[in-house]
Amino acid sequence: MASALIPLIPFPEAAKTALADTQLRRNLGKATQTIRAKRAAVVDEMDDWEELREAGRALKDRVLRHLDQYLLQLEESVQRAGGHVHWARDAAEATRIVAEIAKSHDAREVVKVKSLATDEIRLNDGLAAEGIQAIETDLAELIIQLAGEHSSHILVPAIHKNRSEIREIFRRKLADTEDLTDIPADLAAAARRHLRQKFLTTKVAISGANFGVAETGTICVVESEGNGRMCLTLPPVLVTVMGIEKLIPTWQDFEVYMQLLPRSSTGERMNPYTTFWTGVAEGDGPQEFHLILLDNGRTHTLADQIGRQALHCIRCSACLNICPVYERTGGHAYGSVYPGPIGAILTPLLVGVEHAPSLPYASSLCGACYEVCPVKINIPEVLVHLRAEVVRHYQATKGINTYAYAESVVMKMLAYTFADRTRYETAQKLARFGQGPFVSEGKIGNLPGLLSGWSTMRDLRPVPQQSFRDWWRSRNEQ
Amino acid sequence: MRVAFFITCFNDTLFPEVGQATVRLLERLGHTVDFPLDQTCCGQMHFNTGYQLEIIPLMRHFVRVFDTAEYIVGPSASCVGTIRDYYSRIAEIADDAQLAAEVQHLTPRVFELTEFLTEVLKVADVGAYYPHRVTYHPTCHSLRALHVGDHPIRLLKAVRGLDYVELPRAAECCGFGGTFAIKNADTSIAMLSDKLRCVLDTHAEVCVAADTSCLMHIGGALSRQRAGVRTAHIAEVLASVEE
Repeated sequence: MASALIPLIPFPEAAKTALADTQLRRNLGKATQTIRAKRAAVVDEMDDWEELREAGRALKDRVLRHLDQYLLQLEESVQRAGGHVHWARDAAEATRIVAEIAKSHDAREVVKVKSLATDEIRLNDGLAAEGIQAIETDLAELIIQLAGEHSSHILVPAIHKNRSEIREIFRRKLADTEDLTDIPADLAAAARRHLRQKFLTTKVAISGANFGVAETGTICVVESEGNGRMCLTLPPVLVTVMGIEKLIPTWQDFEVYMQLLPRSSTGERMNPYTTFWTGVAEGDGPQEFHLILLDNGRTHTLADQIGRQALHCIRCSACLNICPVYERTGGHAYGSVYPGPIGAILTPLLVGVEHAPSLPYASSLCGACYEVCPVKINIPEVLVHLRAEVVRHYQATKGINTYAYAESVVMKMLAYTFADRTRYETAQKLARFGQGPFVSEGKIGNLPGLLSGWSTMRDLRPVPQQSFRDWWRSRNEQ
Repeated sequence: MRVAFFITCFNDTLFPEVGQATVRLLERLGHTVDFPLDQTCCGQMHFNTGYQLEIIPLMRHFVRVFDTAEYIVGPSASCVGTIRDYYSRIAEIADDAQLAAEVQHLTPRVFELTEFLTEVLKVADVGAYYPHRVTYHPTCHSLRALHVGDHPIRLLKAVRGLDYVELPRAAECCGFGGTFAIKNADTSIAMLSDKLRCVLDTHAEVCVAADTSCLMHIGGALSRQRAGVRTAHIAEVLASVEE
């Protein structure tokens, strides 16, 4: 089974395909502009937003510094409240644990709350291989599942689809939809008819987790539709897959994240449904609860001193919505469950840069992502740090990738040239001389080799005959 | 005041007029400009592309060249941003305590031109004359690395004869991003197309910015489209006077 994190196609190539889809660009442009404006409005009304961001960062920093202790504390708290705790090193282990629990209840169908952790381990495919069907209940996840696609956004999985495209998917896949319109209320009603039956008859539900409180063992899921609430409360068995970095130390820490998350993600002051549960309670909600703590590359990420801040992420998606690259290419171009700026760092950190070498370069380093991040992940800093790892990887395995090798040779030559005045001035003269064949009518309109990408849409002004330093010298000689 | 001028290799080689304008402007305001001829390149392109070890000799050279200068002023937000945000990291990578100390001594003395004008010299009106309809693209590094805010726009608005038009969606990246424009040429061009549409919507004659590199990218496309709009570095506008 292919990994949900490792891109199959390098970003520049995948982006080219996405950019050619004008409908996709219209859908994305409209959606990201709308959500950006909503976020900006609700963030602007907070006087202490910067202090909240700093608190959000500092808390996650503390969690990462003492992750080992907090995880053991969480395990103990959950067990004390009547839950079971499982530890999963990777996707295969986590999937096996979920499948065993489902089988122990003879469940052939399970309902799911929208969850990135389970997408990350491709749980649905893993369960299908064991003869268990996973039914997505989040409206957008359901659309994607019915369309046989993957999510293109961490919060709004079907952001790349418009409503008439959704109507066509429902008409093809759901019963009694011949007369379905593309009015949002009608689309939601069709999904509701399909899902209600599932909520009432399925024995096992699967969720992710937004937060897990070490002190109390409380797990929290934040959502907008209420379908998550149904999953979390109706079936008798609940299985939660949680990344080990989703911990917060105490119940009180919610005061920080419950302000940061809804405003950053959906641009709301408060999200519609927030579900908290602590173990099991007799006669109320699921009577059997399993928490699976998932590593899957997280301890590897933790070992990276600069990269570890990516584990602060609370999956709000503000960085995707603000990103000028994401806005144009959409999420599929990143080839990972985690797209956009956070994906461009988190994916290579989780799987190793050698498996996703194009992603750290999928950014113009404009810094908009860092500015909106509610937990102050310095994404540009991590991007250039990972680029250095990519370069080190290519330099250590020279010859494997000829483009990377050629670039490395050129960059080393340039660095050597620029480190000394005489060599630098000689290079200036050579550039003036060497550009001859490319200059036409006072412009350079066509560049060769590595530089050809520049000249498809942009002219280049030729190197002028007199550099600034030449001018300075002649001026001071007079 | 005595200012050591950091031209940046890019302006030195490709856009000498930006350096000339900066010198004219600072001298007109009554300051003495030095140009240490030994200067070469700050290493931004290498650092941003992942060549961290390769930048170390460039940084050592830069630190040595500007060792004694009181104020180091450059007409590029992204080069100044590299020095301010990343030189101490590079000294760490070089594992050189002496170099780290030199960098710590260097960085507070390095300023981007508009930053130097407004925050150090405290000038609100440089006495320029520029009778054109102008829009301003705030480059990413001036906005989000140096946090110059609206200072450059205020300087422009004080210029006599200048008709300032606000750029729609101004804070969005133009798509240059250094080697990004080459490595991800298609995405870069998609971002650029939208930026061009915003520039053209203003009906400005001139698109101004504080980074020549972004302007080369925007201007290169304006030239290809024969759009009739030209680009100018903010130093060129602020250096202009009535003949």
